[in-house]
Amino acid sequence: MSPGQSYGLQAFDDRMSTVDFDVAERPHITVDNDVCRSCQTTDCVYACPAKLFVPTSDGGILFNYEQCFECGTCYQVCSGENALSWTYPDGGHGVAFRKG
Amino acid sequence: MAEHAGPGTRSAVVDTPPQREVDVVVVGAGPAGSAAALEVARAGHSVVLLERGPFPGSKNVYGGVVYGRVLDELVPRWWEQMPVQRWVTRRSTMIMTPTQALTVDFRTQAWGGPPYNGATAHRCDLDGWLAGLATEAGATLVPSTVATGLLRDASGAVVGVRTDRPDGDLTAKVVIACDGVNSFLAKEAGMFVGKPTGHVTLGVKETLRLPRNVIDERFGVTGQHGVDIEILGCTRGIPGGGFLYTNLDSVSVGVVVDPHGLAAKKVRPEELVAELKRHPAIEPLVRGGELLEYSAHLIPEGGYDTMPELVTDGFLVAGDAAAMCLAAGIWLEGVNFAIGAGMYAGRAAADALAAKDTSKSGLASYQRMVDESFVLGDHRKLRRVPGLVLGQRMQQEYPAVLCDLAQGLFQVDNPRPKPGLLKLIRRVLKWHGVKTRDVLSDALTGVRSFG
Repeated sequence: MSPGQSYGLQAFDDRMSTVDFDVAERPHITVDNDVCRSCQTTDCVYACPAKLFVPTSDGGILFNYEQCFECGTCYQVCSGENALSWTYPDGGHGVAFRKG
Repeated sequence: MAEHAGPGTRSAVVDTPPQREVDVVVVGAGPAGSAAALEVARAGHSVVLLERGPFPGSKNVYGGVVYGRVLDELVPRWWEQMPVQRWVTRRSTMIMTPTQALTVDFRTQAWGGPPYNGATAHRCDLDGWLAGLATEAGATLVPSTVATGLLRDASGAVVGVRTDRPDGDLTAKVVIACDGVNSFLAKEAGMFVGKPTGHVTLGVKETLRLPRNVIDERFGVTGQHGVDIEILGCTRGIPGGGFLYTNLDSVSVGVVVDPHGLAAKKVRPEELVAELKRHPAIEPLVRGGELLEYSAHLIPEGGYDTMPELVTDGFLVAGDAAAMCLAAGIWLEGVNFAIGAGMYAGRAAADALAAKDTSKSGLASYQRMVDESFVLGDHRKLRRVPGLVLGQRMQQEYPAVLCDLAQGLFQVDNPRPKPGLLKLIRRVLKWHGVKTRDVLSDALTGVRSFG
């Protein structure tokens, strides 16, 4: 990884550290990598405002639900058949905006 | 039935309950839900207001301005109690290219005093206040609780909701879905069948701390007066726009874009915000601001033609869940429509309960009230504007055309004499490859819609 990339990642972590989350144990969104590996689009990688969809070297997607805004962008842009299992977190969990 | 709320939820079919636990369940304690619960409670009926977040507003983000006139019907002298950051007395529309900006800037002192016009506010404050009005009137707010699906009887009528609490089924005579832009309950109830889907835009926002006196100086305001700037041409041609508005001791800046357009341009939304913050017309306004919160939300910007059915047996839909955001270029509104729709939904539910008929026909007064008011009146009148504003010419060509026209008008090219305006327009249109025919057609659509 080049220094520029690591700086970019650090800056994005700083950005996300301004947001409050009450992380639930249950991953409310999961990704089926068998579908992702056959997918040519990168819509989720670019559109997810929390940058939760990270391409892996084998053509799959590394996804972590913990800092999710629950906005629904990924399920709007995903064209893969059942690639995403999408739900809201259980009551009280997930993001809590203070300056929305 | 799924035990969690999402696109895959299906209704649970139950025997028609002989008694309902409450008269009305409202799902979602945003502006629509709280206005609905307030009107139901005021009419003397029992109402539960479910909120999936830990507090009202915790899941909500918006583009900055609440227009309060609709509140006159709900709360006398609301401006004395609404949690406001600043009263908007300056409204600007800015059209930009990477190196140019053309701004129409309107200021009026009239909006800085009662009865006011628009205000900036943080959603947890605003939504919390509205939910508080509902609970003071007798509604029961139940936060941290997700409605995971509908309860329906054998005939298909909605008779309650299932929640993610233990023994979480809650039966009701009317369910009002104010569950936001993703509106899984309205989809589950079949209200979107035959409607075009996917007309949502993604809004991302940064709230930046700045000292109050610095904001006053940079934006040219005093006291609790504030500014709202809507921006076109800041999204690299991806359908959308930008915004910048003042809170008391912070400013909020962001972009709204078609989420499908980002991958094609290989750009992420926060990079567009960063570009906007570096723009020569914006950078002096936000310079040095410390990031307080980064946030994002979807916005139902498709307008009238993408709205769902609003009424069925035992069930009403209001607010973002019914795609009631108005994204019409010079007008960007949503909270006011949500409050209005929620208010009418609450009244319709109360009337139906009083008449002991909560079927689709018993609840039909909701449709009539929104039809006859601004709620659908504005959307119907402006139904073609989202297509115009988010269309290719408005997004990719007109910002540069208008900026170059302004530059041609104001640039002094001595010793050459000033060009005539028509000649200048023809030259700039040709330069940008825009056909006069298309401009006239768009102008006609605009005049028909706005006129």
